[in-house]
Amino acid sequence: MTPDDQQLTTDGAAFPAPTARILLLACGALAHEILALIRTNGWDHLSLICLPAILHNHPERITPAVETAIARHRPEYDEIFVVYADCGTGGQLKALCDRLGVGMVEGPHCYSFFEGNAAFAERAEVTAFYLTDFLVRQFDAFVWKPLGLDRHPDLRDMYFGNYETLVYQAQTDDPALDARARDCAARLGLSYERRFTGYGDLETTLRGVARP
Amino acid sequence: MAEEEDEIILSELPDEELVLQMHDDLYDGLKEEIEEGVGILLARGWTPYKVLTEALVAGMTVVGNDFRDGILFVPEVLLAANAMKGGMAILKPLLAETGAPRMGKMVIGTVKGDIHDIGKNLVGMMMEGAGFEIIDLGINNPAEDYIAALEREEADILGMSALLTTTMPYMKVVIDTLKEQGKRQDYIVLVGGAPLNEEFGKAIGADAYCRDAAVAVETAKDFIARKHNQMAAG
Repeated sequence: MTPDDQQLTTDGAAFPAPTARILLLACGALAHEILALIRTNGWDHLSLICLPAILHNHPERITPAVETAIARHRPEYDEIFVVYADCGTGGQLKALCDRLGVGMVEGPHCYSFFEGNAAFAERAEVTAFYLTDFLVRQFDAFVWKPLGLDRHPDLRDMYFGNYETLVYQAQTDDPALDARARDCAARLGLSYERRFTGYGDLETTLRGVARP
Repeated sequence: MAEEEDEIILSELPDEELVLQMHDDLYDGLKEEIEEGVGILLARGWTPYKVLTEALVAGMTVVGNDFRDGILFVPEVLLAANAMKGGMAILKPLLAETGAPRMGKMVIGTVKGDIHDIGKNLVGMMMEGAGFEIIDLGINNPAEDYIAALEREEADILGMSALLTTTMPYMKVVIDTLKEQGKRQDYIVLVGGAPLNEEFGKAIGADAYCRDAAVAVETAKDFIARKHNQMAAG
């Protein structure tokens, strides 16, 4: 089943496995990658429920949304694992997960854990603007339109004037996405770098969760 | 034809209507109209300070309130700020010449590791509009830069901004450095930025967290007044 990006962005989506005892409660922006890992590794004891990825643009809404989802789905599963990093919640999501005894992904955000938290911190790139596979596909929904650049392209440099490079963190080898990401960089007036990350710490983290 | 009849000629409006029209033009982010309006009011003998406060700051306050209330969004606020900047560019050199009131001096900048300056620039502009002198250090500032500027400029206020949860803890590093050097009490420290809140401001030892530019202005005025009262009492 291929997830629909628009649906993942605005509504979220559920990918239940009939015999699953563990629920992955994830950001919709990670659905493709998590499903690929489930498929590749035969983790049919994991179900996936994704919250709307657009919460990414309103980090203050992430923790309450995760809390509601945990309360709703807890009776159906033995274990829930939250597939978010801090994601701009300023430690609030971690505090919630600790309080509820639920695990979550280490790190500040997906850009960091895709690259590997240690490697990302080591780079300390201040002037890089990151896109993942999902965000390249949904660039207009997450960047261009919410910032009003579709209506006021002249605002671009007020937003991006201090950035230098758009780094496309590629989870997959896809020349079409590479071309789209390059186009995103041009639209933002930034230089372009493609950096293949694969699934990074997401894969190692989920391997730990999936272990029987 | 109807469009021509509807067109507003700013120079033909009486002062009161012109000011209200400028508030509308600021709201709509019309930079050229704001520049024209500022020029008209100055030509009519308005002091630069009166133009600034009654036409620009009052108009921008409406924008700020509607942003706070979820009626306007960031792109619209940016357009309005850009229009105000156009008016400020005309007024700024004149304000110094005409002896506009000086409220105090503020060193402001985005913290180390963070390059986001939209909020910081808005605060700086509104503070200038309220009569504060602003020393803008720009982005990505280490503690030593803040502290050197505070001392060099003999500033009253330190303003720090951050947009990222990963960079906002650096504000505490700056405040702790001020404490270590025995200088914390010399300055009013205000902090702001999207991921911050009042609790965070208190936890790091700032004097106040400012939710938006308007709150920053009011908070700064309040602290400066208290400082003057203390000095008078002392």
